[in-house]
Amino acid sequence: MSQRIKGIGASAGIAVAKAFKLEDPILEVEKKTIEDPEQEIKRFTHAIVQSKRELETIKNHAGKELGEDKAAIFAAHLLVLDDPELIDNVKNKINDENVNAESALDDVTGMFISMFENMDNEYMKERAADIRDVRKRVLAHLLNVTITTPSMITEEVIIISEDLTPSDTAQLNRNYVKGFATDIGGRTSHSAIMARSMEIPAVVGTKMITNKVENGTTVIIDGIDGDVVIDPTGSELDDYIEKRYKYIEQKKEWAKLVNESSITNDGQRVELAANIGTPQDLKGVINNGAEAIGLYRTEFLYMNREQLPTEEEQFEAYKEVLSKMEGKPVVIRTLDIGGDKELPYLDLPKELNPFLGYRAIRLCLDEQSIFRTQLRALLRASAFGNLKVMFPMIATLDEFRQAKSILKEEQQKLRNDNLNVSNSIEIGMMVEIPAAAVMADQFAKEVDFFSIGTNDLIQYTMAADRMNEQVAYLYQPYNPGILRLVKNVIDAAHKEGKWAGMCGEMAGDETAIPLLLGLGLDEFSMSATSVLPARSQLRRLDKTEIADKMDEVLQLDSAQQVKEYVQKHFLK
Amino acid sequence: MAEKTFKVTSESGIHARPATTLVNKAGQFSSEIELIHNEKTVNLKSIMGVMSLGIQQGSEITITAEGTDADEALSALDDVLKQEGLAQ
Repeated sequence: MSQRIKGIGASAGIAVAKAFKLEDPILEVEKKTIEDPEQEIKRFTHAIVQSKRELETIKNHAGKELGEDKAAIFAAHLLVLDDPELIDNVKNKINDENVNAESALDDVTGMFISMFENMDNEYMKERAADIRDVRKRVLAHLLNVTITTPSMITEEVIIISEDLTPSDTAQLNRNYVKGFATDIGGRTSHSAIMARSMEIPAVVGTKMITNKVENGTTVIIDGIDGDVVIDPTGSELDDYIEKRYKYIEQKKEWAKLVNESSITNDGQRVELAANIGTPQDLKGVINNGAEAIGLYRTEFLYMNREQLPTEEEQFEAYKEVLSKMEGKPVVIRTLDIGGDKELPYLDLPKELNPFLGYRAIRLCLDEQSIFRTQLRALLRASAFGNLKVMFPMIATLDEFRQAKSILKEEQQKLRNDNLNVSNSIEIGMMVEIPAAAVMADQFAKEVDFFSIGTNDLIQYTMAADRMNEQVAYLYQPYNPGILRLVKNVIDAAHKEGKWAGMCGEMAGDETAIPLLLGLGLDEFSMSATSVLPARSQLRRLDKTEIADKMDEVLQLDSAQQVKEYVQKHFLK
Repeated sequence: MAEKTFKVTSESGIHARPATTLVNKAGQFSSEIELIHNEKTVNLKSIMGVMSLGIQQGSEITITAEGTDADEALSALDDVLKQEGLAQ
């Protein structure tokens, strides 16, 4: 019998394939006294040899399919398996205490894990995870249990897991992973953003998919409506194949708009831009006909590594993006770390309330050497394209002025060294803190542009953590309170002859687009895959007509009313 | 027995990647090779041993080697430390 489970559509499209469950196997270690230590040591050595062979294969495969940097983690695991302190201690324990290999391994690795976990360096703490991984692999061999290794997938699958972490996704081979479904997450969680950048269908936040699906069962992922169908009947399969066909046809229609301009039915132009995380995302930007990059999140340059990226490394990345965009605008956001995005090597103290804490521009103005290195890399790259720099999490004018003056200082230093720096870099800010949105008229006199970051602006304005499912109902992009703030920002920009953009999820949302257009937004920056649907929608909308109705919309009393209004009047 | 003391110059001390290079090099020799830091001694062929020391910039480390290829081992490790900009 087929079964249908509802979740949140995180990335559009339909995929059908066999389920591949990504989960930790249960490895129960029972302490036993053994008769023949020599035999037990042989068994242990055999498990080590098998684990090494397996890791060599995985390492080579990862190196070829995913890149050498992704393979490095497995090289580290291999070194642990070669570690005399580990191997000899386990052998001695088996020999001296007559215990089985599983329990000896568990004890010895446990000692190392707690030693690393107790170090006061975040990076070292994370090494405990490497040892855990290795222990898992050797134990699995001792217990004859199979463990799943996503990097070794060699057939088309749908990944089913509780959640997908950045390291999980790094291991996934895009040629075989056709889609995924997870228990937790929402439209803005890491897994969802990843799915859209990989352009594979995904449904997140199903709450229970891992309990409902067995490995190898056929699964349909409907990322358009957020449905997962387990073990579909023949007629359900037919329906979805039809739906997929229609979606593909629809995509072909959209594809015709790749080189068209983004113009409304009444002839008004806006800019449709894409958000990116790394230079690798450029392919999607170009294939989907984005007119600009509205948000380049530079955090990824700083993540999954042991120390800060050098000026040179950053320069190369920024230069690549700027030159490949061939003179089209590229808005690069300076480091937005802290909050939920941690950098172990910075060793920042844990905070009770990280979203309201020491992060983004607050950290950069304090740790100026980090900030200045990034600014120098940006300024040097400015010679290769149309760079616009944007500062995140600005709450006060003073912060903006400080950040801008540091940028100017570095610009002057580079000029003194006769380095080529563009003369026309626009300097703007993210509007994501309500105080800045309210004070937009003051800011507008000093910035070159605004980019409204709705993911944070909504959570700060509604005082609702967007990761907390119990208050998820308060995450309301269409709340008239949010719309009024957005209007305030756009109006303030226009009054000073500046432009206003938006780079949160809201900018690519079908219901929000007419509202934002009516409020006069100049630039919409979204996931690359949303650009063509948005362009197609814009071509059917009349900006003047919607703008005339906006006063009425802003007087509605709830998000629900706004949504219904949009559906009735603007989504035909 | 061959022995030499170094001063750690690398900004991030000796962990992870540099430690890996060092351990791999030590593994190529049959001598017993030890690393001493802050009065703690570990086997230099053990990645976990080396990382557990948490060696920071500015600290002193001593490497000892005992066995048939002790001198070769020490000079090879000396090269690694200098080439990688880890210690002087």
